[in-house]
Amino acid sequence: MEVEYSKEEEMEKLLEDLRKSSVRKEDWEFHDNLKPIYSTGIGLNKSVVEEISEIKKEPDWMRRFRLKALEIFLSKPMPTWGPDLSGIDWENTNYYNRPDDVKSKSWDEVPDQIKDTFTKLGIPEMEQKYLAGSVAQYDSEGVYHNLKKVWEDKGVLFMDLDSAVKEHPDLVKNYFCKAVPATDNKFAALNGAVWSGGSFLYVPKGVRIDMPLQTYFRMNGEATGQFEHTIVVADEGSKVHYIEGCTAPRWDKDSLHSAIVEIYAHKNSEARYTSVQNWSKSVYNMPTKRAWVDENAKMEWVGGSLGSKVTMLYPSSYLRGRNASTHNLNISLAGPGTVKDTGAKAIHLAPNTSSRIVAKSISIEDGKAIYRGLLRMNKGAVHSKSHVQCDALLINDESQSFTYPHDEIYEPTATFGHEATVGKIGTEELAYMRSRGLSEDEASSMIVLGFLDDVMKEIPMEFAVEMNRLIKLEMGKLGSVG
Amino acid sequence: MPTLEIKNLSASVEGKEILKGVNLKVSGGEIHALMGPNGAGKSTLGNVLIGHPNYVINGGSITLDGKDLTNATPEERAKAGLFLAFQSPVAVVGVKISSFLRAAYKQLHPDDNIKLQEFYDMVKKELRRVGLDESFLSRSVNDGFSGGERKRFEIVQMMILKPKIVILDEIDSGLDVDALKLVAEEIKEYHNESVGFLIITHYQRILKDIRPEFVHVLMDGKVIRSGDHELSDRIEEEGYEFIRGV
Repeated sequence: MEVEYSKEEEMEKLLEDLRKSSVRKEDWEFHDNLKPIYSTGIGLNKSVVEEISEIKKEPDWMRRFRLKALEIFLSKPMPTWGPDLSGIDWENTNYYNRPDDVKSKSWDEVPDQIKDTFTKLGIPEMEQKYLAGSVAQYDSEGVYHNLKKVWEDKGVLFMDLDSAVKEHPDLVKNYFCKAVPATDNKFAALNGAVWSGGSFLYVPKGVRIDMPLQTYFRMNGEATGQFEHTIVVADEGSKVHYIEGCTAPRWDKDSLHSAIVEIYAHKNSEARYTSVQNWSKSVYNMPTKRAWVDENAKMEWVGGSLGSKVTMLYPSSYLRGRNASTHNLNISLAGPGTVKDTGAKAIHLAPNTSSRIVAKSISIEDGKAIYRGLLRMNKGAVHSKSHVQCDALLINDESQSFTYPHDEIYEPTATFGHEATVGKIGTEELAYMRSRGLSEDEASSMIVLGFLDDVMKEIPMEFAVEMNRLIKLEMGKLGSVG
Repeated sequence: MPTLEIKNLSASVEGKEILKGVNLKVSGGEIHALMGPNGAGKSTLGNVLIGHPNYVINGGSITLDGKDLTNATPEERAKAGLFLAFQSPVAVVGVKISSFLRAAYKQLHPDDNIKLQEFYDMVKKELRRVGLDESFLSRSVNDGFSGGERKRFEIVQMMILKPKIVILDEIDSGLDVDALKLVAEEIKEYHNESVGFLIITHYQRILKDIRPEFVHVLMDGKVIRSGDHELSDRIEEEGYEFIRGV
């Protein structure tokens, strides 16, 4: 039998680090007192939408699109399933806040206060070390974007979507709301009406970028909305890894985040989208994320849903060409008082397509983690394959998790499988491990790391550590003995 | 030579008093058997001794080598040298035996800088000795184990973690004859002048292999009779009635 010694040693070091480190929510939930230079004020109607379009000096097609989306938004009912959304205060939400007029390519030109915020969050440093390009958005607008010259020279485009609408209107028009039309759902329609910011990333044919590109979203105001729209296009034979991170301060009044992410993985391309969502507990997080995956292309969704009050998120892959594949890996942490209604959709539309979905959830105290998935295999998607794995970890004796997989299989030659496990950090488990000399802290860390073990190689180690810290933070009030 | 001293210990679980003044003393080199009918509080004593959070101590004291452990955390007790082989060991899904034992060993023997590979070789050897395949090393703790495998793994932990006072709670239940023989061999191998045993059992089977010097009978939350193996032999023949009758 082979034991992976190096991995075990790595795990030991990790546990050692965890013992020493401490984590505070102030590290990312701090408040800044920046006043936006422009705001549409609270509430949403036709004139607010026109005002947004006006201030952005948009082309007429976009203005008309927004107004149409607003109509759809107003006519669509709220979802009749899923978590309670009655806390969203539509009338008292601020739909557009412009922090500044700057859209800079250099951090030196970003206003000090905004720059300080991103510096505290470690964004410029990360860009220096790991990234091929970076976009930073503060409230409704992108304030910074930069792409390393080597990629710019190869024709890669990376900027906030507002800039892209102006600089590359035809290219944007080809993709804008094709995968996620405004009619898709109420929140997608809302985004269509008031969208602002988000990133546009275009990777030309055959260009393979080995470093990731990142956008970081910071929501600052109280009772505000952030409605970014991101489009990633991996042209034929290209390769790209795009990362998103987001945080917000905690406020008494809830905010709303309703984004659209569209990914277009053209023939033979490889696209990877990673997001680590760490919103504060005063944010409703309702994004719609979807990928079109063409012949022989590979799509990978990697998601960490750590924060927010309520999250509803089901990244979807439409496997449109022969041999297209998708891999969806999501880790949800439902802290006390929060709901994570997350999952994935895989729509098999062509022969020999494959999907693999791994959903891991962790529930703490009364935190509720729900897996909701859709697997559809259309007639003609011959010999397509799918595998869905749902693992839940319950941190307290009273924690709960729920699984709602939905399968629609219309192709007799298709094969699919489901797997589910439930682990626990209950009193008995902790008592057992502690009786062997481990502290409560160490015992629960080991269970969490063990739970993430099979996805460790697919997620960055730092992410696992971060996850562990957050869990410890949420568990802090249980009086752990360290 | 280690000494575990339990003085006038009373404890309750879920508000119900189970132990009502237990006195016991276990020293290195000694083997004690704690017998008693179902519901007498035998397992409660084991859980109270290791500081299980569901059990509340109402009075009395627990000391090991003069160190007061009455209010100590489970990990402090483990570090002091106390070990319980659980009656029904719980599964810890996702935590591999390898990393679990390694982490526990580091806590209990911080000065031993044994290499990872060497340590695993030691664990594999112990696994084999109790009849478990060495592939158990990479399995989750007790996850999917049969009752007997769990018991064997408790003994492996004892051998690896090297405690001073060992409490075996119904170690023989779930073990077939051959397995019991292996386990008894291990216990005998581990038993020496610096290790004391408290064997909790409600019948004789294991005591045939391991002869205790001291036999105690726990009934209604108290040790009501102590003696030598003649006492356990008589219980085997007559049951507990003769003690109750006194």
